Amino acid sequence: MSPTREEQHWMYRNMVTSRRFEEAIAKIYFEGKSPAFNMANGPIPGEMHLSDGQEPVAVGVCAHLTPEDVVTATHRPHHQAIAKGVDLDKMAAEIFGKKTGLSGGRGGHMHLFDDDVNFACSGIIAQGMGPAVGAALSRKMQGKPGVAVAFVGEGAVNQGGWHEAMNLAAVWNLPFICVVEDNGWGISVSKETASSIGSHADRAAAYGIPGKRIEGNDPYAIFEAAGEAIARARAGEGPSLLECETYRLAGHFMGDAEAYRPEGEKDALFEKDPIPKMRERLLADGAASDAELNTIEEESAARVDAAIRFARESDDAAPEDALTRVFAA
Amino acid sequence: MTKSNERKLTIARAMAEATAQEMRIDPSVFVMGEDIGPLGGVYGNTRGLIEEFGAERIRDTPISETAFIGAAVGAAQDGMRPVVELMFVDFFGVCFDAIYNLMAKNIYFSGGNVKVPMVLMTSTGGGYSDGGQHSQCLYGTFAHLPGMKVVAPSNAYDAKGLMTAAMRDDSPVVYMYHKGLQGMGWLGTEAGATVHVPEEPYTLEIGKAKVVREGKDVSIVSCGMGVHNALKAAKKLEEQGVSAEVVDLVSLVPLDRETIRASVAKTGRLIVVDEDYMSYGLSGEIIASVTEHDISVLKAAPKRVAFPDVPIPFARVMEQFCLPNPDKIVAAWDEMQAA
Ligand SMILES: Cc1ncc(C[n+]2csc(CCOP(=O)(O)OP(=O)(O)O)c2C)c(N)n1
Repeated sequence: MSPTREEQHWMYRNMVTSRRFEEAIAKIYFEGKSPAFNMANGPIPGEMHLSDGQEPVAVGVCAHLTPEDVVTATHRPHHQAIAKGVDLDKMAAEIFGKKTGLSGGRGGHMHLFDDDVNFACSGIIAQGMGPAVGAALSRKMQGKPGVAVAFVGEGAVNQGGWHEAMNLAAVWNLPFICVVEDNGWGISVSKETASSIGSHADRAAAYGIPGKRIEGNDPYAIFEAAGEAIARARAGEGPSLLECETYRLAGHFMGDAEAYRPEGEKDALFEKDPIPKMRERLLADGAASDAELNTIEEESAARVDAAIRFARESDDAAPEDALTRVFAA
Repeated sequence: MTKSNERKLTIARAMAEATAQEMRIDPSVFVMGEDIGPLGGVYGNTRGLIEEFGAERIRDTPISETAFIGAAVGAAQDGMRPVVELMFVDFFGVCFDAIYNLMAKNIYFSGGNVKVPMVLMTSTGGGYSDGGQHSQCLYGTFAHLPGMKVVAPSNAYDAKGLMTAAMRDDSPVVYMYHKGLQGMGWLGTEAGATVHVPEEPYTLEIGKAKVVREGKDVSIVSCGMGVHNALKAAKKLEEQGVSAEVVDLVSLVPLDRETIRASVAKTGRLIVVDEDYMSYGLSGEIIASVTEHDISVLKAAPKRVAFPDVPIPFARVMEQFCLPNPDKIVAAWDEMQAA
């Protein structure tokens, strides 16, 4: 299953949009951070986890999803949110803590919720698993169509909650897919230090479900494997586990000096940046012309600029609104 | 004054120094947790330890709190003295069984025959828009459940003495350090937390509060970051001619009710400052400790300045609206006078 020309363009557009969005955030993040790095200050306060380099996983999977399908994301959610179609203006405003944000500034960067496209987040490692499995169960019980996808990092696979949720999805044969984004690091702890096996896809055997590892941070290969897993789930054939090799080009969080990384590892990663690689491939395959790609890039940049402008120009959340919306109206 | 007495340390460095000194004399002490090795802890409180003690005694763990905190309980019962870190107290949800059903109850279940000498260090507090899953204090949650001692230093001197005491204690000690007091540049730090710290090891008695400012009109009782807000409020009140006494709880379990009662008996008025959620928590406990003992010492109804009962919002203006601060403490005094 290869992506159509249209799907390839969609994938490239969303990868570029995600990257431009994060570049903008990275630039603004240090505005007004004084003393240096004080994360309380500046137009974007709080912790910030960028997903530069991990875009192929989000687009390869979400290319198969509709707004009705459910996605739960992690503390590093922007690429996943963009690929799932979360409103970019409201998402930017949320990250700036504005009234016009997805939750009016209550949630913030690690807790993005967009009901229109069934997208949710948690900053607690592996805690998106249960809700995604629950959404899959609900679809099955109600006879509603749609699948649920939980994105997690390779570090999350060592959480108890991850294993429990995988088992439930398997014994109940749910339309659920767990996508592991293996960027090799859980903050400063390497995958080798934290896990006794090289491929988390092998863990699928413990639940009697299909598991597949995709090497190379390759959007096409991810598209193909995700397409099979999602088609199985839609056909009522149960859950799957995918592990995608990917790269974290930025630090764990903004301000992370990454002293724990082996020297030179970073340089090699930048040579493997998936976005220029995909551009070259689109041209080489004749799937897009230079002009088409330039247009996609310009439109993505304009969309991001507009979202950032919307966020900057929106009103701050009202302080006393902090006390509202604790319970359902 | 000797040179060592002039040295100022941050809480993070004081914790690391206490740990290193204890590890040198006690081979049963070891540290485990997420990012406590080469990174030196997200808050710097294990910095330098892996260089001196190596990866056998300074163990980076997988993101598996249920397993490694449970494993600390087992190791502690088997003759070791583990120090484990739960990076943010907010993460307790994935591993609370290991904490409150195992760590906190095994001494009792064994009729006192088993010891559980472990320290669970964890960061608390907000104020920098890290959102509702990374900004809580949860003092009340931990202090409510029996079987664990709970300490919360407000400065580096206390931090070192408490850390050494906690490592030497045969019971589990939850060591709650406020992020805003750690001395990390990226968080911005309360200057008053970085104080003189002796180089030699020493202990602070767990369960002993401190009167950190003498006064006669009102007692302001708090812990951790709240103590600094209380001290700033006391300064403002002094400008109005009001003499405030500030009590630093230092330990939440055991709670030094005697020192609190003695202070309120002297001043006749009580304001409790708590960065944790207001209801069912520390602030209610402090007030009850005074009123159920002898309500006649009070010249006015007590006041609380605490986090309202809502999840911690991300947006800075919303979060600051909810957090205790010196102005709110002064306002509590004004309301008390108007009542
Ligand atoms: C239960 C829990 N433990 C610890 C953390 C702190 N933490 C945040 S991100 C992270 C590393 C996650 O690694 P991984 O799952 O591989 O995702 P990545 O950051 O690489 O995208 C850790 C330990 C947390 N948020 N939740």
